[in-house]
Formats: sequence, structure tokens, C-alpha cells
Amino acid sequence: MLSVGGLRLNLVRFSFLLLRGALLPFFAVTMTKLAQWLWGLAILGSTWVALTTGALGLELPLSCQEVLWPLPAYLLVSAGCYALGTVGYRVATFHDCEDAARELQSQIQEARADLARRGLRF
Amino acid sequence: MASLEVSRSPRRSRRELEVRSPRQNKYSVLLPTYNERENLPLIVWLLVKSFSESGINYEIIIIDDGSPDGTRDVAEQLEKIYGSDRILLRPREKKLGLGTAYIHGMKHATGNYIIIMDADLSHHPKFIPEFIRKQKEGNFDIVSGTRYKGNGGVYGWDLKRKIISDGVLPCCPGWSLLGSSDPPILASWDYSRGANFLTQILLRPGASDLTGSFRLYRKEVLEKLIEKCVSKGYVFQMEMIVRARQLNYTIGEVPISFVDRVYGESKLGGNEIVSFLKGLLTLFATT
Repeated sequence: MLSVGGLRLNLVRFSFLLLRGALLPFFAVTMTKLAQWLWGLAILGSTWVALTTGALGLELPLSCQEVLWPLPAYLLVSAGCYALGTVGYRVATFHDCEDAARELQSQIQEARADLARRGLRF
Repeated sequence: MASLEVSRSPRRSRRELEVRSPRQNKYSVLLPTYNERENLPLIVWLLVKSFSESGINYEIIIIDDGSPDGTRDVAEQLEKIYGSDRILLRPREKKLGLGTAYIHGMKHATGNYIIIMDADLSHHPKFIPEFIRKQKEGNFDIVSGTRYKGNGGVYGWDLKRKIISDGVLPCCPGWSLLGSSDPPILASWDYSRGANFLTQILLRPGASDLTGSFRLYRKEVLEKLIEKCVSKGYVFQMEMIVRARQLNYTIGEVPISFVDRVYGESKLGGNEIVSFLKGLLTLFATT
């Protein structure tokens, strides 16, 4: 029978190795962006499932469970808000180059005059 | 999270690719055109002006795809005015697409740097000396003009296009340059914030303006990239940057202003959105 301290240490070691194994493909193998996303989602998803269904035999305090359970939905909504906010901000700060358009117009006039002088028939 | 190539392709050492003295650098501008009779003289005039004012050695290669409106005649007149060492005419019989236009142009290019841009005056040649300066500064393989960073921006878009573009639509600059499989009236779409945002999330390309086509490349880099790219139209521009990242080329950015003069004519169609999404998802799944 392992002591409590020894059990905790092995658990830490185990989860560290697991993490390393999960992240290894990102660094050692060429993955398409799609594959990266799928792998990442698979890791996070399985971790979440394992923790919420107690499959690993872990007993998390109730407060942790309460936070963990709705986490995916919460993250999804946050991501949506972030996307809307970012796009909205960027549209609002969109740079309208009025002076570029004006400058171009005057240069067009100048160009036409110069080219006509050089013999271009439009 | 990085994804490394398992076997790196051998690259020449940076020292070999470093900039030679300014006198020895020559910049070839590739201008594929289709029905640009009005704009071609103007863009050439602006190019000549920018280059001469900065004392840069250049040549302009006009690749006309059999335009029915007489673009070729205008190009010939320009060649007489500015000299055939500065203006090179390399026309083709019919509209064959952007990638092949670049390949065709590069075969005749004598410069060691290639600049690609639109011939419809949405890209202003005054930015080219800035591209060149930026390239020297960081010894970049590619310098891309961006409308989404710094004081880059666009003139001529209404709110709807700004949202969608940043949301969904890609830039299809130069209605003149699409492959023959694309619909004929493809907007001078622009990449709006939504499309840009989606692309940044999915592809993490390391460049802020993916569909822009105002860029400076080292000649060998462009050759390598065209060889590897398989898409058409604006997705081709996106793929170039994504592949460049894969091959570990360095990319610098310069803010540019994009004047969309033909916005009145282009329509925001569901078609374009769909084809953009298809292209984006293809790149997402294959790179």
C-alpha cells in the first residue's frame, strides 16, 4: 500500500508524462492545421470527460466540479464574444484613406497630361 | 504550437542571399493585364516616376492575356516612349490565369527581385521604394503590403464590405487576373475584417494581410513558391504566404493604402463567400 505522499508524487509524474506525450506530436511531427486543431480538441475533450465523469478515480472537491462541468460551453460563448468584439473593433477603427484617393486623382490628371505630351494616343 | 518539417529542405546561407550593393539590384515588376487599356499608361507612368525618383534599377514586364480592348496597342506605345529595356512586352494569346502569368513573366525577368501588383491603380507604386527599404532592413525573402496594420487602409468600402471582408471575403484584386475557371465578373473584393479574422485564427499565417497581392519577392523564392502552389485566384495569394511560412521564408510587412475605384461595379455575392470559405478550408486541411 503506497503512502499518500507517494501516491501524489506518482500522480504528478504520471500527468507530466501524459502531458508531454500529448504535446509531442505538435513539435515532432508535421501536422496540418486541421490535424493540430483536432488533436488539441481531442486532448482537451478527453481530459474534461475524464475529470467530470471521475473515470480516473479522482475525487475532486465539489467547487472544482461545479466549475469544470459547464466549462466547454462557457469557453465557446467567450470565444464568440471575443470574435465579435475583435471584428467590431477592427471595423470601427478601419482606416479610410481619403487622402490617398485624392492624391491618386490628381496624379492621374498629371499622368495623362504628361503622356499626351510624349505622344501617347489614349 | 510549432510544427516542424521532419526533414528540412536545404537553404542557402543567409550570407549568400544578402543584398548586393544597390547598383547591382534590379527590380522586375510583373503586370499581368486584362482589359486595362485605361489604367495601363497611368500605372506605368506612376511606376516610372517612383523608380526614377529613387534611382532604382527596374524593368516592367507587361503580360497581356489577349485583351480585346486594345491594351496591347497601348502597351506598345508605352514601350516606344520609355524604351524596350524598361518596358518588356510578353503577351499571351488568351486568359490563362495568374500563376501561369507569373511564371511566364519570370522567364523573361532579368531582375533579382520581383514585384507583383495590380494594374488597376488600387496599388500605388509610391510604396515600392518602401518595400525595397524594408527588404534591405530585415533581409526579408518576401515583403507584403498590408491594409490591416499600421496606417494601412482602404478607400471606397461601405460598412457591409468592411464587416464581411474582415469576416469573410477575400481579396480578389484585379478582376484581371483570375484563372479561367473563375466567374468573369469577380469583384475587386477586398479582404474584410471578418475574413481576415477567420483566416488568422485558422491558419495563423504570421502575416496580417493574406489576400493582398502587392508584394516583393526574391526571384528564387517566388519561383519556388509558384511551383508548390495549387490554388487559383485569390486563394493562390493566400496559399503563397502559407507555403512561404512552411518553408521558413521570412516575411516583412509594409502598410499600404488600397484605393478601390471600382467598388460601384462589384457585388457582394454569396458565390464569392462560398468560394472563399472553400479555399480557406482547403488550406486549413492541407497545410
